[in-house]
Amino acid sequence: MLQYLLRRLAILIPTFIGVSLVAFAFIRVLPGDPVLLLAGEHGMSPERHAEAMHLLGFDQPLPIQYLNYLAGILHGDFGQSIVTKRAVLSEFFARFPATLELSICAMILAAGIGIPAGVLAAIKRGSTFDHGIMGSALVGYSMPIFWWGPLLIILFSGILRWTPVSGRISLLYYFPQRTGFMLIDSLLSGQPGALASAVSHLILPAIVLATIPLAVIARQTRSAMLEVLGEDYMRTARAKGLPPSRVIGLHALRNAMIPVITTIGLQVGVLMAGAILTETIFSWPGVGKWMVDSVFRRDYTVIQGGLLIIALIIMMVNLAVDILYGLINPRIRRQ
Amino acid sequence: MRMMKSLLAATALMTLMSGAAYAKTLVYCSEGSPEGFDPGLYTSGTTFDAASRTIYNRLLEFKHGSTELEPGLAESYTVSDDGLVYTFKLRSGVKFQTTDYFTPTRDMNADDVVFSFERQLDSNNPFNQYVAGAVYEYAQAMGFPGLIKSVEKVDDLTVKFTLNQPNSPFLADLGMDFASIVSKEYADKLKAAGNENDFNQKPIGTGPFTFVAYQPDAVIRYKANPDYYKGKEKIDDLVFAITPDATVRVQKLKSGECQIMPYPNAADVADLKADSNLTVLEQAGLNVAYLAYNTTQPPFDKVEVRKALNMAVDKKAVVQAVFQGLAEVAKNPIPPTMWSYNNDIQDDPYDPEKAKQMLADAGVKDLTMNIWAMPVSRPYMLNARRAAEIIQAGFAKIGVTANIVTYEWGDYLKRAGQKDHDGAVILGWTGDNGDPDNFLATLLGCDGVGTSNNVAEFCDPKFDDLTKKAAATADMAERTKLYEEAQVEFKAQAPWMTLDHSTVVMPMSKKVIGYKQDPLGIHRFDGVDLAE
Repeated sequence: MLQYLLRRLAILIPTFIGVSLVAFAFIRVLPGDPVLLLAGEHGMSPERHAEAMHLLGFDQPLPIQYLNYLAGILHGDFGQSIVTKRAVLSEFFARFPATLELSICAMILAAGIGIPAGVLAAIKRGSTFDHGIMGSALVGYSMPIFWWGPLLIILFSGILRWTPVSGRISLLYYFPQRTGFMLIDSLLSGQPGALASAVSHLILPAIVLATIPLAVIARQTRSAMLEVLGEDYMRTARAKGLPPSRVIGLHALRNAMIPVITTIGLQVGVLMAGAILTETIFSWPGVGKWMVDSVFRRDYTVIQGGLLIIALIIMMVNLAVDILYGLINPRIRRQ
Repeated sequence: MRMMKSLLAATALMTLMSGAAYAKTLVYCSEGSPEGFDPGLYTSGTTFDAASRTIYNRLLEFKHGSTELEPGLAESYTVSDDGLVYTFKLRSGVKFQTTDYFTPTRDMNADDVVFSFERQLDSNNPFNQYVAGAVYEYAQAMGFPGLIKSVEKVDDLTVKFTLNQPNSPFLADLGMDFASIVSKEYADKLKAAGNENDFNQKPIGTGPFTFVAYQPDAVIRYKANPDYYKGKEKIDDLVFAITPDATVRVQKLKSGECQIMPYPNAADVADLKADSNLTVLEQAGLNVAYLAYNTTQPPFDKVEVRKALNMAVDKKAVVQAVFQGLAEVAKNPIPPTMWSYNNDIQDDPYDPEKAKQMLADAGVKDLTMNIWAMPVSRPYMLNARRAAEIIQAGFAKIGVTANIVTYEWGDYLKRAGQKDHDGAVILGWTGDNGDPDNFLATLLGCDGVGTSNNVAEFCDPKFDDLTKKAAATADMAERTKLYEEAQVEFKAQAPWMTLDHSTVVMPMSKKVIGYKQDPLGIHRFDGVDLAE
């Protein structure tokens, strides 16, 4: 197991260097620069432009800029936002709990509904229920977030008035952010109604963000279950006279879980991508919205730092999935 | 579902219960996050709404809802006969805000005023680079480093500005956001503690509202400044609920989560007007969109060619397609709400037949050109691509083949600013300070050639002379006459096809009292009240 773990960790090093290069190069490949955008329609002489680029440190050769950047990261310094002038890392962690809270809730929703739906669809293969679930999954998978989000807002917030339109909590509540997780902070605040307000604000964005992963998980669970259900040992288990709940719950589901866990792990990346749109639509003050704003402002340091931190997190999640794999399936860790 | 309903019921109950405790809270659904709270560092309206107009004051202020100046922190001023020395008498007893992070020990005085300008203009000022890479872009863009020779304290309540040359628009510049007066005492205290960055995060000003807290990308909270020199505001709390999506802002306004919002989608305006709980204010924006020909490149160096192209396009169709009517066709380079607007000028008529003839007379055959369409939506031009298509169709009718090109926004401005760029560029402008100089001299003066200000690369001696004379003249009537004449010369030379002046729409709850739309596009909440 230790060797397996070390092998996995070793792969992370070239991945990290690759990601840092891509993050650095990505924004610089785009035409335009932060100084031009800061000036907007106000014209700027070439001398003034050069002076401003110098003040921001963008007049140095790219390899030097990259090495400075890499050296900073190795010291835990991801740079300072060009726009807000605050440290990228502190800006990131000020917003990350909001994204994490939303992603965890979306994932619980996606797995909590997707896995049982997939299992049931597999058991009742070919039934109307199966077709219904798979049809809905296909629709869910194809749903563009930028359309689905506003649609739910107009229906549930605009017409039915069941949920608030956007934000994390009603503006009437004002308390210090201790953990950054609104559900926990609202509970700790002791203000009556604060938790309910936080929950009601979380419902729609969580549904929107969960839609695609839910569809993927349901489809993956169904196909994995179908494969396992056709195995010889399933027939043996049934022949032994085990009750169907044990056959499905213990023998089938456990074996079907490996590809499902992989899928869930991969969905973390999808969630991060989805969070960019979902957060913008629901004014959710998370990392996704922060990144979008930074792209529009050409805030180089934030974009490269943010991308790298997100990539690191996804790498860590994948590592965790690999480890989990090894635990579930002993054959993998011996390979 | 039952669970959800009970949760919602609990929320609603709490909302009602806490209503009494939070009396007179105005919630503004703002369109974006401020970049920071030091107005000297930034150029975007979103930041100015959140920082300068709420928290700070300036020596002179724009009258609410107008571009006229009125005394602000300066009670009065005198100008020397040669127009070079401006002496400001400051208001006494003006207090900087008291917060949990700063308690002022003295009133606002000349030291604060001198500091507010010197920190931006003098790179040796110890606070110039209080954050690494501070670029005081607006002060630069308004030409302050070249214009201002010195800012001196005469006594505690008197400040003297000495200019390098006479410049009448200077007073209007002082009403602008970047010229907000900041506290030197606060800056010194932060510097001593090594927390200079807080200057941009925890602002202290003299303005109508005191900063309370900012949750990044979510909400900014202010409370009425009890020490405000004009008296405490009628609302107790002001909240900016940051809501970047225009559709979501509309929904929040309709559901009462906020009482006022900017920038609705043009498609939503009819629906908003139909809502009996809402009022929709409209005002002609202080802006212009145009198609600028590069007047240094053939065949656009010929005025007849430019005139012919101007006559080939149905500008009403542009306004209808792009703004769904929420704009007016432009005939002058300045908007009709600006003083000195010359209404006697006749626009070039839409006459493709005559245009074709004029082109032939000018010896232009089989012309192929580029039309540049901006990649971004701006208040003066929501959809440049659509506008370019209509212009392209108009040109086609007179035998001109136009290709539409576009570049990423920063790159677009950079390329358009190059003197030898090709074809004609769609661009526009929103006024900074309500002075015609800010349109005519900035966008069409010889000094702007080779920058993205003057993309027509227009340098007409007569026009330039008129605007320069006007800027050096203090007499308003004389200035008005000179600018009117400059507009006549502009029309005769036709460096642009003037496209539109857009209408600014501001929907709000009927409970909002006293909100005035600002011609400069600023969103101000001083003087606003909420009905019970």
